[in-house]
Amino acid sequence: MKVLVPVKRVLDYNVKPRVKADGTGVDLANVKMSMNPFDEIAVEEAIRLKEKGVATEIVVVSIGEQKAQETLRTALAMGADRAILIVSEDKVEPLGVAKLLAKVAEAEQPGLVILGKQAIDDDNNQTGQMLGALLGWGQGTFASKVEVAGDSVDVTREVDGGLETVKLKTPAIVTTDLRLNEPRYASLPNIMKAKSKPLEQKTPADYGVDVTPRLTTVKVEEPAKRQAGVKVADVDELVGKLKTLGVVA
Amino acid sequence: MAQVYEAPLRDMRFVLHELFEGEDFGDLPHFGEFTPDLTDAILDEAARLTRDVLLPLNASGDAEGCTIENGVVRTPAGFRDAYAQFRDGGWAALSSPPEWGGQGLPETVNKLVEEMICAANLSFSLYPGLTHGATTAILGHASEDLKRAYLPKMVSGEWGGTMCLTEAHCGTDLGLLRTRAEPRGDGSFAVTGSKIFISSGDHDLTENIIHLVLARLPDAPRGVKGISLFLVPKLLPNDDGTCGPRNGVAVAGIEHKMGLKASATCQLAFEESIGWLVGEPNKGLAAMFTMMNAERVSVGIQGLGVGEIAYQSAVAYARERLQSRALSGTARPDLPADPIIVHPDVRRMLMTMRAYTEGSRALGQWVSRALDAEAHGADPETRQRASDFVAMMTPVVKALFTDLASETANLGVQIYGGHGFIREHGVEQFVRDARITQLYEGTNGVQALDLVGRKLGAHMGRYLRPFFHAVSAQLADAAKTSARDLAAWRSSLEQSFGMLQLSTGTIAQKALKDAEEAGAAATDYLRLVGLVGMGHCFLKAARIARHRLGEGTDEADFYTAKLATAGFFFDRILPQATAAFLSIKSGKRSLMALPADAF
Repeated sequence: MKVLVPVKRVLDYNVKPRVKADGTGVDLANVKMSMNPFDEIAVEEAIRLKEKGVATEIVVVSIGEQKAQETLRTALAMGADRAILIVSEDKVEPLGVAKLLAKVAEAEQPGLVILGKQAIDDDNNQTGQMLGALLGWGQGTFASKVEVAGDSVDVTREVDGGLETVKLKTPAIVTTDLRLNEPRYASLPNIMKAKSKPLEQKTPADYGVDVTPRLTTVKVEEPAKRQAGVKVADVDELVGKLKTLGVVA
Repeated sequence: MAQVYEAPLRDMRFVLHELFEGEDFGDLPHFGEFTPDLTDAILDEAARLTRDVLLPLNASGDAEGCTIENGVVRTPAGFRDAYAQFRDGGWAALSSPPEWGGQGLPETVNKLVEEMICAANLSFSLYPGLTHGATTAILGHASEDLKRAYLPKMVSGEWGGTMCLTEAHCGTDLGLLRTRAEPRGDGSFAVTGSKIFISSGDHDLTENIIHLVLARLPDAPRGVKGISLFLVPKLLPNDDGTCGPRNGVAVAGIEHKMGLKASATCQLAFEESIGWLVGEPNKGLAAMFTMMNAERVSVGIQGLGVGEIAYQSAVAYARERLQSRALSGTARPDLPADPIIVHPDVRRMLMTMRAYTEGSRALGQWVSRALDAEAHGADPETRQRASDFVAMMTPVVKALFTDLASETANLGVQIYGGHGFIREHGVEQFVRDARITQLYEGTNGVQALDLVGRKLGAHMGRYLRPFFHAVSAQLADAAKTSARDLAAWRSSLEQSFGMLQLSTGTIAQKALKDAEEAGAAATDYLRLVGLVGMGHCFLKAARIARHRLGEGTDEADFYTAKLATAGFFFDRILPQATAAFLSIKSGKRSLMALPADAF
């Protein structure tokens, strides 16, 4: 079974984002970029499936600027087999991404598409679900456990009330949650090998997909600074304050 | 605030790809496969591994330390797992040759990874570090049989290694060594004696430990000319390579140290332990010194690593600690007080730390390039030149970087104020850990003597030439510069370089008549060489930065900061050269004036 893993290049999770002075977005000039942590979990899961003998080939795909190559190389160094980069220097919204991925999936015919439940830059949490709708495949989102058995896959999902397990017929889509696994560090020999693994370059036009943004960003600004709190002397004063604020009756 | 470390990848890429581009020792086709995208990927992953796996064990390892129970040494909690991850990832084999299972990385990259490991966890670095040193000596001097039996498992990190030199009564002066080796008649030897201060002498990270032991053969001449090197495994390997019976190597105790507490420093007792000769009889010291010289550069890099984490931890605190108001008026009216980074004296300390670490990184990279060229340079002339440069700079890198590291770690504590003195913040550990780097692999005083005694005058000053030529060439090249700051910095460097040339001549002359004159000048001379070396690198860096900014770059912040650090170096650090020059000039007179019994 082939596994397709889409990965996104995002601001490193350790970096404190800064909003651009003109309010058009987050400043990405010269800040550390890395693979979206949820996507890293997706790559790890695919590698584990391959190590178990379930998956036969892992194809990673990224949509974004030329530098997303580095992100794909990271995935190859972790253990993916080959990579596809769909170059778009402009921002591609989740729907555009899902349409491109649908085309890639049609061409590659994977048994599973495993992707992060969301990217930590815009936190949309949409791509996996949209991809499911476009392909008409079953989806198991927010996965904390994935078990493939024959031509179906059991996905344990983290839902508000606890855990829910769904059985999906393959091909299917899985989006990963934090607790699914702990991604490995790429080993030095694998980093060196990654250099010679195939990386194919495409453009959205190659797939006949129009990725023109449908949303307009009006303004990006930092969240309001938290104001200092007030110290109260005792419980009575606290209750009094809460009443004045109308929080309690 | 606590111990803060994120590998300074941008500056590392700067020294690796930009600073010495197209200069010095030429291209090395041998390393053609290590293109920038590959080396950057390696540095990125090393940065993650050191930050996420090694750094979290730095303070806990220091607090817990190593323990010994019934002769078995245990490393602190977490070290076994971390080492397994490190080894399985292939990081132990970083720069070892591919024919023995290594990754064959160039030293230029290897030393940057070493810096990260040492910054994140200096104690941890000693385990793979000693193994690598022992591997180098075996590679250079052991028989093919020994290589085949031991190298593959040592290169992979499955087995550890040590260097057993020191005995209770002999440290710097190895001629006093007493450990004996008696032939057993089958080509092997029975080694008996006691060793102290053995880093990684025993531990629970690897299945077996391979000791390289200096000992005397029965008929050996007295002094250093009668010392041989032996390979003595903790467990004797079976024919199939698995570990067999114990080999009479006992741990007599572990040293109780000021710092570096998670590194197991052992006292070892060898009792008729079976060993094999490495290299020629009575030539052990030479064999050990190939490894020692390589290790000395690495100890310099240890200092650099500790300096970097001390710097980053101090910056984090100076940004967050709110006390008083800026001298120029309130800087942050929204806060109850200003962060202490507003104060000129705090800046003085932070900039000093920054200039020391950036200067050391640049100079270290220059020497690393020479290490690669020494081994793989295009022609014999280039290899010789590189080798001369390495010979001269090895004691400088060792002593200068570690002296600066101690100073940096102390400044870090100063920035934390009283909070630096208590343990919770973790920055006093840097002072304790850095301290050993000035002592082991030859004290810094011994390094200075090596520089003036063995390097300065040898072969009519041949070792100094590549360094002096490079500085002169840049001074000539930069003479055309129209930028006022660059011109001023160039002229400061020229002045210090003049003082270095004068001092070199003075010492060479005086030492011919009186060896004590060389000894009295040694430490100041080493500092002077180091300052000129760092100044050379800073001028180079500043010229590149100015050029990039002129061309237009989207990394203006990085290059502007580089110029600022260079400016501080020339204004505030390089003047130390004048002090060193004047001290050297004064000679030994006042230094040796007081008779020994008047102390």
